Amino acid sequence: MGVIYILLTVSVIIGVAFFIVFLMAVKSGQYDDSYTPSVRMLFEDEIVKEQTKPSTDTKTD
Amino acid sequence: MDNTCFHCGDYCGNNIINFQDKSFCCNGCKTVFEIFNENDLTCYYDLQNSPGAIPKEIEGKYDFLSQENIIEKLTEFRSEITEITTLYIPHIHCSSCIWILENLNKLNPNISDSQVNFGKKTVRVTYNSANTSLKAVVLLLSAIGYEPYISLNDFKSGKKDINRTLIYKLGVAGFGFGNIMFLSFPEYFEVNEFWLEQYTPLFRWLMFALSLPVVFYAAQDYFISAVKGLKAKILNIDVPIALGISVLFIRSTIEIIFDLGSGFFDSLAGLVFFLLIGKFFQQKTYEFLSFERDYKSYFPIAVTKIDREGNENSIQVYDIEKGDRILIRNEELIPIDGLLINGSAKIDYSFVTGESQTVSKQCGDTLFAGGKQTSGVIELEALKSVEQSYLTQLWSNDVFNKNKEEGFTTLTNAISKHFTITLLAIAFIATTFWLFTDASKAMNVFTAVLIIACPCAIALSAPFTFGNMLRIFGKLKFYVKNASVIEQLAQINTVIFDKTGTLTSNKSSYAEYDGHVLSDTESVVLKNSLRGSNHPLSRTLYNILEEHNIITLDTFEEHIGKGIEAKHDAINLKIGSASFVGKVEEGSVLNTTVHVSSNHIYKGKFTFYNRYRKGVSKLFNQLKHQFDLVILSGDNEGERDNLKKLLPTKTKLIFNQKPEDKLEFIKRHQSKGAKILMIGDGLNDAGALAQSNVGIAISEDVNVFSPACDAILDASKFDQLYQFIRASKSAVKIIKWSFVLSFIYNVIGLYFAVTGQLEPVVAAILMPLSSISIVVFTTLATTILGRRIPSQPTQREESKRESPILNPSLREGPQKVPI
Repeated sequence: MGVIYILLTVSVIIGVAFFIVFLMAVKSGQYDDSYTPSVRMLFEDEIVKEQTKPSTDTKTD
Repeated sequence: MDNTCFHCGDYCGNNIINFQDKSFCCNGCKTVFEIFNENDLTCYYDLQNSPGAIPKEIEGKYDFLSQENIIEKLTEFRSEITEITTLYIPHIHCSSCIWILENLNKLNPNISDSQVNFGKKTVRVTYNSANTSLKAVVLLLSAIGYEPYISLNDFKSGKKDINRTLIYKLGVAGFGFGNIMFLSFPEYFEVNEFWLEQYTPLFRWLMFALSLPVVFYAAQDYFISAVKGLKAKILNIDVPIALGISVLFIRSTIEIIFDLGSGFFDSLAGLVFFLLIGKFFQQKTYEFLSFERDYKSYFPIAVTKIDREGNENSIQVYDIEKGDRILIRNEELIPIDGLLINGSAKIDYSFVTGESQTVSKQCGDTLFAGGKQTSGVIELEALKSVEQSYLTQLWSNDVFNKNKEEGFTTLTNAISKHFTITLLAIAFIATTFWLFTDASKAMNVFTAVLIIACPCAIALSAPFTFGNMLRIFGKLKFYVKNASVIEQLAQINTVIFDKTGTLTSNKSSYAEYDGHVLSDTESVVLKNSLRGSNHPLSRTLYNILEEHNIITLDTFEEHIGKGIEAKHDAINLKIGSASFVGKVEEGSVLNTTVHVSSNHIYKGKFTFYNRYRKGVSKLFNQLKHQFDLVILSGDNEGERDNLKKLLPTKTKLIFNQKPEDKLEFIKRHQSKGAKILMIGDGLNDAGALAQSNVGIAISEDVNVFSPACDAILDASKFDQLYQFIRASKSAVKIIKWSFVLSFIYNVIGLYFAVTGQLEPVVAAILMPLSSISIVVFTTLATTILGRRIPSQPTQREESKRESPILNPSLREGPQKVPI
């Protein structure tokens, strides 16, 4: 049953790892603006679409 | 094809510009479209219909941005080749804005990165400073209709620190809570499995280790606040909380040291976690609004100074000295009191007084700081430095350094005093009882009482009620600074209004004609001659008069500062000041008038009156039963009779009040016990707003213009003020009910504690249960309350649609302040 030591160690390490990731995320400013990224994420595709369309036009010209 | 501008959505009127099958209202909009079109950025128009703004004339306006010391202050990072700056852009309002601003690099390849913060309406631009400059970036933004707003306020600090400690603390507490719960599971279910039993001490010490950061980091604010409270001899709500946390921690530690039990680490971490969530929830901030503005937010950072040789240089506003010659361009703000020495001034003092009618000044007149020049270039000689000007002196008053929250006892703290005393009494009585019955249990009971009665639910009631209320009000365009403002609003007994700009609308006024009736042809000529004039009074009058055919005038001449002369067939019309039309001015005239004469025969005059906001009368009648009503106006008495007709008779009307007078008036009444709600709008109300118990600023455009205050109310919601006050009172009632609810939980908990049978599992169930049910109760109750505040269609939207057609000068809206 010594395996419980391994299990505990692993669970604590995982917990602490996620906690550190959280701290890093806060520090990098991820939680400062909780709205803009949600919009930015949505129009990422449209930029690509818009970029490819005119560029093919110019090639045929 | 509809007749609105493809770029900005304004009505195009008659001067429609067609380009690539699209219609534009002006050349500015067309130019922006051309820029986007050339750079493959027309996707801008796909994301949102007509998202743009008309670019403004900015020639020479940003010359100061090439000055080293100003660049230094405005950038957050500077090196040889890279500069990073964050600019505030009021126009940011939709996804198209985010998209275009984050694609700035396509318009200027030297911009390597631009990132929008939508909540704050800022864009952070990183650019190559070797090839481009801050000025070029700002000019580019202005050219595409996103003119940044740079004020004297930006000058003070380079970098602002963001306070993220609450998120860290919440993270720490959440992490501790989750893991401790997890480790407590075997004990909850009393798994008497041999192997798990064997590892119990390990589990317990892990819980202890996890609770350390929770107690000493996440919960430290409660200890600090409790100590502060005790020093000031106030038993605030943090005293019993801090007591509960310490007892929980000490008893749990002793239990595991002596192997008496598993302790209450789970409840401890949970308690701190829930309390912090409450704090977090209450902290609703409107990042794009500022409640702390003073004159610095409106004043330009630099102006043009003319030196002895006649050269124009940019000079930082603080460096202006008495006697300097200052050049003010059209649409620029006057930052100092000065003597007009060149040019004709038409000053718009709406930032100061809320009055939108411009004031004409001649050479030799004194101009006060805060006005905006609206016609052509003028030159001033500075009479004072910025800090000593008439308007800015107001800010040296102590009231601006006072924190309103101090000295106000919140409901929670008021109840906490009784609660703490009762709690300690119960604890001691129960302990004494057990000392005589079963001394071994006495200490156990004492700590159990303090643990279970820890007022988590009470401490959560107010944050969740007010936090939710803040959000509901925000949706209804009533932006409140913080929770304590709602609580103070519920205690108001006197309401004081400013008149101009608060009760009256900035944008519209109406005129009454008094005199001989004009013939039809005269009316036609009058309307047509007003059509050609750009004077604000002409524009207003033009909008009021009936539609007539458009005719071509034989002659049309505008005499600046006097009036208009127009001729058509046999009619020679003069419109303007009394002396201009050949009439002797009689007595003192309080209201603005425009006189008309036809063929040198005096006809009559138009008198302009303020247009009161919709629902003013109704609002006053709603308020009069519960509140004392006062109107404090900086204006003359010209509107007294009008106001008397409009408002309930008991309303006090006081005119000719200077900014300091308003402040003193409020102070005087407060010392007599009045709890004052001040409603104002201009910078001249700033002192009164700061002195009052609650100061609400009315704003036509919440994004920019409002003086320091406790809450900002969108002008279109003015008539609902009474509903907001009533909702605040109901919110306080909800809190009282949730106190009752949490007392019931406390009684149940105390039963377990006093009888000496508090098991960790009971605490672990009861404490989160009470907290969660309080959260659910207050949230539901406030949401139902919020539904009851009616949201009517707003008049503002109507006027928005009209304004561009009728009055081109209104198109820009009030938000663009010159830099």
